[in-house]
Amino acid sequence: MSLKEKTLDLLKMREKAQGGGGEKAVKKQQSLGKLTARERILALLDKDTFQEYDLFIRHDTKDFNMEKKELAGDGVLTGTGKIMGKPICIFAQDFTVAGGSLGIMHARKITKIMDHAIKMRVPLIGINDSGGARVQEGVNSLAGYGEIFYRNTKASGVIPQISVILGPCAGGAVYSPALTDFVFVVEDISKMFITGPQIIKSVLGEDISMEELGGAKTHTQLTGNAHFFAESELECFEQIKELITYIPWNNTKKALPFKARSPKAKYDIGNIVPDDAKEPYDVRDVIKAISDESKFFEVQSDWAKNIVIGFARIEGETVAYVANQPDYMAGVLDVNSSDKAARFIRYCDAFNIPIITLVDLPGYLPGVDQEHAGVIRHGAKILYAYSEATVPKLTLTLRKAYGGGYIAMNSRHLGADFVFAWPDAEIAVMGPEGAANLIFRREIAEANDPEKMRQQKMDEYKEKFANPYIAAGKGYIDAVIEPRETRKFLIHALEVSKDKCSPKVDRKHGIPPF
Amino acid sequence: MEKKYEILNIDETEYRTQISDSFKKRKNWQRPDESKIYSFIPGTIQDIAVKKGSNVEEGDELLILEAMKMRNKIKAPMSGKIKSILVKENEIIPKNHLIIEFE
Repeated sequence: MSLKEKTLDLLKMREKAQGGGGEKAVKKQQSLGKLTARERILALLDKDTFQEYDLFIRHDTKDFNMEKKELAGDGVLTGTGKIMGKPICIFAQDFTVAGGSLGIMHARKITKIMDHAIKMRVPLIGINDSGGARVQEGVNSLAGYGEIFYRNTKASGVIPQISVILGPCAGGAVYSPALTDFVFVVEDISKMFITGPQIIKSVLGEDISMEELGGAKTHTQLTGNAHFFAESELECFEQIKELITYIPWNNTKKALPFKARSPKAKYDIGNIVPDDAKEPYDVRDVIKAISDESKFFEVQSDWAKNIVIGFARIEGETVAYVANQPDYMAGVLDVNSSDKAARFIRYCDAFNIPIITLVDLPGYLPGVDQEHAGVIRHGAKILYAYSEATVPKLTLTLRKAYGGGYIAMNSRHLGADFVFAWPDAEIAVMGPEGAANLIFRREIAEANDPEKMRQQKMDEYKEKFANPYIAAGKGYIDAVIEPRETRKFLIHALEVSKDKCSPKVDRKHGIPPF
Repeated sequence: MEKKYEILNIDETEYRTQISDSFKKRKNWQRPDESKIYSFIPGTIQDIAVKKGSNVEEGDELLILEAMKMRNKIKAPMSGKIKSILVKENEIIPKNHLIIEFE
């Protein structure tokens, strides 16, 4: 056979393999409102940049009549491509081929592209759409998962790892996304759980739908397992492309700079925070008032809303924000908000993204449920993450900072590089009401008019402690600034922190309170 | 969606803010009642070995709670008389379900 003929053969084989599970299975996939694995990759990557590998991988399972089954690409597509002109590695499970089930060769395709991503120091994007383990392959299938988890862990903090859940992702399979940096989900399409509704029903009698148990909203609102929610696959891909503009390609690089732009005039920084420390406002308006184009790319916007995390740019450079949200649960720290902030801080530290912390919180949420849920161990994660982080760390106290919350929110004492406060900042062990009742309990009780005495003592305390100047007097705050000077001060602080270097501690690793 | 602000009291200060559903729905803590035995895992009740009115010694086997393919022996946490048995054999029960009450 001539090369020409052999080439024609190749093209035929390729066409067949690229057809996935065949016309019927593809139609079924489309009827569920889902794109096919190949369509997904092509929609996400820059045009004509996808290069596929291991298309002719074959499984060699002989049990349960598997020897007769030909599985195109063994149920997964792998390859390299580009997003915004920059290289990435990608895999996409193909549900049309044996339900995207994971056998050992399927897993080996994934681990091979993961190894490429780690070697080449480029991001890895994984599109998950799989019924789970290929039961016919027995322990080999479990081996495959384990080999993926191992690489997820090795790659963690070295290259960005993004998981996209576009179908079921159940049982052991969900642990790969859980080990990656960001998880994207789509309404009605994504389903993640360890044990499904059928088992739950037979064991417990609890009747719950897949969507309620592990759908997109469940994981973005209730569990915090997913970071970004979209209504369609295409919207999800746009979110991924936007995220990628904010993060560096690997842990030795910085995110690409953009053109510096001013915030929009409609966010008037001097008029967002109410004078009364008990009144709410949306801290995202402050972030927008500071950031380029007033753009803020929020992460986990629907979970633990009492803390806000996300990316923005200042003078064209990526920054990360961690901010208490007075609009929700008064901005308290609790179990979930601590977990949310701590992991994000560690992400930013691993990928050279400066962190700006905006402080306005009453402290920790009181309650037996919080204490018994381990708020001590969870709250400690924030302390650990801030103390450990060596990226530039800037803090701005917008209003109140009480007690343990003051320490936790990247205080000078945890290694903040620059600490600023607005003139209305109240930095104290507790709010005036609590403090007056505690310190002056006897005076209040013995007074002829206890209410009047309480008010008097509260005012006294406010006057003495509810300001930034005691902290500034000790050097815990570097500068008390006008609200309208904020952006200027932050730009300058970021600029002078650019080459910040922190000596590496000689240890294998710390023991964070996971 | 219209924001709904309510009052949240932290350290004797009343903050106006939005309050999460999980916070509103939280159950107030109650001291555990030692005369009541609750399921520690969801499962199926089997082999009930005692009756209402039985006198049992601490450590006596009361019933089997089969869960996760394991036959868990539920033993008497104290000596005493059984006041009531609130489950039937083969009944599937959730976690923290009241099984047996002592007098």
